[in-house]
Amino acid sequence: MRSYLLKRALLSLSVLLGAMVATFLILHLVPGDPAQLMLADVGATPAQVGALREQLGLNAPLPVQLGRFLWRSLRFDFGHSLYSRRPVIDELARQLPATAELALAAFVLATLFGVPLGIVAALSRGRWLDSLATAGAVFGVSIPAFWLGLLLIFVFSLHLGWFPVTGQGGIDRLVLPAVTLAVGPGALIARLVRSSVLEVLHKEYVRVARAKGLSASRVLFRHILRNSLIPVVTIAGLQLGAMLSGAVVVETVFSRQGVGRLAVTAILAKDFPLVQGVVFLAAVLYVTINTVVDILYALLDPVIRLE
Amino acid sequence: MPFGKMVPRRRGRSLWARLIRNRSAVLGMVLLGAVAGLATAAPLLATHDPLAMSPRQVLRPPSGPHFFGTDQFGRDVFSRVLFGGRVSLRLGFISVGIATLLGGIFGLLAGYYPGRIAGPIQWVTEVLLAFPGILLTLAITAVLGAGLTQAMIAVGLSAVPFYVRLVRGTTLATCGQPFVEAARALGAENGRIVLRHILPNISGPLMVFISIGFGGAVLTGSALTFLGLGAQPPTPEWGGILAEGRNYMRQAWWITMFPGLAIMMTVLGCNMLGDGLRDVLDPTLRT
Repeated sequence: MRSYLLKRALLSLSVLLGAMVATFLILHLVPGDPAQLMLADVGATPAQVGALREQLGLNAPLPVQLGRFLWRSLRFDFGHSLYSRRPVIDELARQLPATAELALAAFVLATLFGVPLGIVAALSRGRWLDSLATAGAVFGVSIPAFWLGLLLIFVFSLHLGWFPVTGQGGIDRLVLPAVTLAVGPGALIARLVRSSVLEVLHKEYVRVARAKGLSASRVLFRHILRNSLIPVVTIAGLQLGAMLSGAVVVETVFSRQGVGRLAVTAILAKDFPLVQGVVFLAAVLYVTINTVVDILYALLDPVIRLE
Repeated sequence: MPFGKMVPRRRGRSLWARLIRNRSAVLGMVLLGAVAGLATAAPLLATHDPLAMSPRQVLRPPSGPHFFGTDQFGRDVFSRVLFGGRVSLRLGFISVGIATLLGGIFGLLAGYYPGRIAGPIQWVTEVLLAFPGILLTLAITAVLGAGLTQAMIAVGLSAVPFYVRLVRGTTLATCGQPFVEAARALGAENGRIVLRHILPNISGPLMVFISIGFGGAVLTGSALTFLGLGAQPPTPEWGGILAEGRNYMRQAWWITMFPGLAIMMTVLGCNMLGDGLRDVLDPTLRT
């Protein structure tokens, strides 16, 4: 068990190292001179371009640049945003709480609705409730988040006036964005919970439990749910990571502050230091969440735990 | 991980015959067929030039001459959605094509030569997968710049790691089968083994993946355009039309409604077809 944890942690670290290198490459794979590209819209003189190159350390040999980048990344020092002039780390720190709030709210919603929906669908398999739930889940997975967000704004904000349209601060501004972000992952969770429960339903220990004469609810909670929900922990955890991705679109639609929206504006503005900072932060969060989920799964699943 | 067990080639009904008996697959094919058909026939079906502006017809609701109404420039939304379909579907095809080609090659290599070749391929795959969802696509877009072609490449490349994982897993599983060992013992060349044994076994899961992946590619592509990073105006593209309509939602809901419906129909069709294919190809996975 301990060797598994150690191996898993080492793997994650090596992947993060790779992610750092990949982030470094963003600036250097750009066709042409990155400094020139960054200043293209501003009409800078060659001297100013040269100064930016110096500032970004682009004149040093590539291995040196990589070394410096890796060292600074460990301290989350990505330099300064080209447009706001503030340190990238400050920009990230300012935007992260809003995204975290949104992602957590959506995660809670997705799990709260997805898990019971999946269980109900599996238990009423073949009947109309299952068909309805399954159809709903397929729709949920297929609907574009940016369209859903706009639809919700149209109905609940513009017409019914129940919620403000955009911005943040307060629960009422969190509801629509959180719902929008939650639908896709929630539907996916429902589908996966359904398959997981169905798989367990056919296992022998369920038949034995029923044959022993246990009450239906005891069979359900003690045997079916406890075993089928182990993979659900993994699934739900992975969806939290997916929320990071979904936040990009949802924050834009609802004009909310956040890391996602920051990423888009940074790319549109060719603010490469900021792009690097955002991308790397997202990778760190994602890898951390996935590692924790994997370890949690190993701890929960008795088969793995007892090995 | 490969899908379920390796099933030997079936006797009896062909794949197609089984597919058309699956409700999900049929519905999916109908939806996709409708979308593809309408997009292909866009030059014939469009009532107006999708780029033609008409200052006197600005923000008109759906009516006789304009089935889906007009936008803020007086352009016919119906025609724009039809032609936008061609752009969006083309993006889907090219992205999935890139992902399948590159993912297939590297996945096959990693699965067939587990060892020194697989190691680096797998590590790079894991590193690319460290970037959540659309962020990898955004990172590639940061390098390539905004635009339709760049978006196609970005969406395609960011899907490659998933295809590598799938193809590698199925290849590994197939290579472990006795008939591959037997073929090797009989002296069959690698090329022959790949063609005769591996490709037929990975084609099933790959088809399911491609079907669902196509929907994902259209979705991501239109999301990129919505964010301003994909097809640039005035090129009609579903995500782009949606983005433009955002500022006029109060007075002109139709600009956002119809392209969104089109995207949803496409993705829904892909998901349903994928589900149906999965049911038909490996019933052990069926729930």
